Amino acid sequence: MRTTERPAVPPRSSAPLTLRLNGRDATFVVEPNVTLLDLLRERAGLTGTKKGCDRGQCGACTVLVNGRRTLSCLALALVHAGDEITTIEGLANGGELHAVQAAFVEHDAFQCGFCTSGQILSAVAVIAEGRAHSDAEISEAMSGNLCRCGAYPNIVAAIAAVQGAG
Amino acid sequence: MSTTIERPATAAPVTHVGRPLDRIDGHAKVTGAARYAADAPVGDVLYAVIVQSTVAGGRIAEIDETATRAVSGVVEVLTYRNAPKIPAFPFDFTVPFAEQLAPLQSDEIHYDGQHVALVIAETFEAAREGAVLLRITYAPGPFQATLEGAHETELPDNFFGNAMQVRRADPEAAFAASEITVDATYSTPVENHNPLEPSATVAQWRDGELIVHDASQWVLGSRAAYAKAFSVDETQVRVLAPYIGGGFGCKGFFWAHQTLAAMAAKVTGRAVKLVLSREQMFTSVGHRSSTRQRLRLGASRDGTLRAVLHDVQGESARVGAFFEPAGVVTPMLFAVPALSVSHRVAKLDIPSTTAMRAPGETPGTYALGCAMDELAYACGLDPLEVLRRNETETDGESGLPFSSRNLLACYERGAEAFDWSARTHAPRSMRDGGELIGWGVAAATYPAMRSRGEARVTIDAAGTIDVASATHDLGTGMYTILAQIAADALGADPRAIRVRIGDSAFPLAPVAGGSMSSASIGPAVHAAAERIRREVISIATSAGASPLHGLRADEVHVVDGILRAKDDPARAIAYADVVRLGGSGALEALGVAEPGKEQEEYSFHSFGAQFVEVRYDEELARLRVSRALGVFDCGRVLNAKTARSQMIGGIVWGIGMALLEETVRDDRYGAVVTNNLADYHVPVNADVPAIDVLFVEEPDLKFTALGARGMGEIGITGVAAAIANAVYHATGVRVRDLPIVPEKLLGGAAQAAWRK
Repeated sequence: MRTTERPAVPPRSSAPLTLRLNGRDATFVVEPNVTLLDLLRERAGLTGTKKGCDRGQCGACTVLVNGRRTLSCLALALVHAGDEITTIEGLANGGELHAVQAAFVEHDAFQCGFCTSGQILSAVAVIAEGRAHSDAEISEAMSGNLCRCGAYPNIVAAIAAVQGAG
Repeated sequence: MSTTIERPATAAPVTHVGRPLDRIDGHAKVTGAARYAADAPVGDVLYAVIVQSTVAGGRIAEIDETATRAVSGVVEVLTYRNAPKIPAFPFDFTVPFAEQLAPLQSDEIHYDGQHVALVIAETFEAAREGAVLLRITYAPGPFQATLEGAHETELPDNFFGNAMQVRRADPEAAFAASEITVDATYSTPVENHNPLEPSATVAQWRDGELIVHDASQWVLGSRAAYAKAFSVDETQVRVLAPYIGGGFGCKGFFWAHQTLAAMAAKVTGRAVKLVLSREQMFTSVGHRSSTRQRLRLGASRDGTLRAVLHDVQGESARVGAFFEPAGVVTPMLFAVPALSVSHRVAKLDIPSTTAMRAPGETPGTYALGCAMDELAYACGLDPLEVLRRNETETDGESGLPFSSRNLLACYERGAEAFDWSARTHAPRSMRDGGELIGWGVAAATYPAMRSRGEARVTIDAAGTIDVASATHDLGTGMYTILAQIAADALGADPRAIRVRIGDSAFPLAPVAGGSMSSASIGPAVHAAAERIRREVISIATSAGASPLHGLRADEVHVVDGILRAKDDPARAIAYADVVRLGGSGALEALGVAEPGKEQEEYSFHSFGAQFVEVRYDEELARLRVSRALGVFDCGRVLNAKTARSQMIGGIVWGIGMALLEETVRDDRYGAVVTNNLADYHVPVNADVPAIDVLFVEEPDLKFTALGARGMGEIGITGVAAAIANAVYHATGVRVRDLPIVPEKLLGGAAQAAWRK
């Protein structure tokens, strides 16, 4: 027995969206409630970006938006029309790993690997921000990216090595 | 295919084992190519979002699906009213159901956070919106979610093979007669695992077969559970978990959301992706239950233990069976002539508790480690000296000698590396500027377990070496160590070996729990690879076309995948060419390894010593761990790089446990209120200091031919005690209630301790 009759919720109006995704134009038709994170994972097939909390508390979904590290779970996709988005899939130069990626492997800066995409993109930005001059500074600047496996000392070592190689 | 059962007698030759090889799965993990359960490339997928109960007891009175079904894209809403019936779950641990409660089978509510509905839609956004709009009205009923007032208590005899009620000699009399006594009660809170990967299941039925991409620490256990839940044969279920985004125990048992994903796939005839939200992770995949532990230590003035009485009050869910067996360490860690250990477990209306990194050992080494420090101060002795004086070579519980125990060496190497001799004994006696400094120490231990394990090694005519087993890599380094083990046995480069794991279609492997994967599967890989090597040499020395024709097996050796005559290196043939000579296209061997009678002759445990420095700024009430050192005796180290990482991770967990982590329930409602990562504090990068890890490495060849005991869990043990002891040393305040948040160091207690 239905006690309340609600009007049918009309389909969300969709809108076309074009953004620069890892150096290429990519076009989608999306509803306004689609986050950048869900766009990347579920519609662009870029599953390297991870959803750890979906509320901006863990950093696993970090991507670069116009070079700036951004929590893609807190960003609505439509807001980013025309923006340059870099995900973990767009970081290596062909077969050659980005220096931060290579340093993460060498310094064992991850265990399960689930936070790693976000850690690496954050690290790339932290170095670009000029906030990687000491271990303490790196630790502070990287504290928005949780790693439950506890790879933090190795993450710091990896970033310091890239900064040092400069 | 040949099968060989390995009975270790001698040490395996090692070349690659032990070296700090980079993870062979590292490239996939830094490029985003590693696909975790929710990343499975399954087309035409539907999205399912769970709705959970908002009361802890009673019944569902009414469900209004109107608004939900009106959302464009919503395909189906499953509740107890329309969900397919599934059989009652067996609850004897033959199949790893975590809860006795099959989901969506009745209107009864057993705890806050119980799954009560599933909204399935064409997009994640529609499913989420539909879930928010679902109106469920409850007829709330009574519930008991707190220890206080719990009227149902169990006194378990046994927990996974460990006696839960232990008596040795006359502990009460020995305690009463002791020169020095400590009587203290310690408490640990509920904690949640919070791996960064929320549990996820992508399920698909295809021609009556169920294929599941699952965040599972036990693909074969999950397979058995799916088969039971859906009344199909295990051969009709395939569970895939090649990458797992951390587990720490919460993906070991089988949980209700896994059933729901497969149910939704069955009802809709489509692939269904179900990912728990972070909030749901706090009630859907278990937690570490709280403990209250009273410890009474009786000792001589020289710090030698005469009696230990350890009484554990724990909690367990009415719908589950797991609890925190915090007393397991007490009968075996130190020499104790008179002892009692008891466990009482209150049954509560809460989600099921489960294994979380070193269940039992973690809270147990905390309480016992703090009590030993209290004993040292009661005796006026150095805490490390008191640990040394209570060393034993025999497991007091089983009466068996330890296969290998180098705890004294851990203390010694740790003391030297930490500069322990520079420590001044009195609390509040060490300072650096405005900061008080404290140094603490505690013992670490975890049993070394192994289970029957199997692995298949294949080498094909292209020379590709493949290792397959239904084991798992949660970040533990399994991919890499299996490649190293196979490489040594075959005389090959580990980077040339393909390791495939996390697939229920592969040979038998146990749950990735109890730190037993490397000891269960490592020897199986070794056995299979040895068998292949013998077969290859046999073919190479007997085939007429082989340059090694006519040689005896012991006249041939293999290096970097090339077989050579020992006395004439020019006579050589590559693995691939031998396989071609053999004419079968590929050589394959199944290796099986299992524990034997050594289990009745020795007690197998790993040990360690945790050293910690804390700094406390009294003006700001700022408490930090500033230095940590763990020294471990885990037998042979299989990969120096990944082993170090795993131990660092354990110590970071110990920092979280000691200072940060606590799952808070609102006692009025039985609901978790800290159900997100802003309110449940896991350590962040800036919480973690430089951490040193040392190994006292003695291969334990009584355990396996590889000599390696497990490493997953020991790293966390003892850390919280070392930190609490360091806090006492720094501040003079003995906090016996974790986590040690700053407010516990403030106020009257701190002042009183200072004046004393």
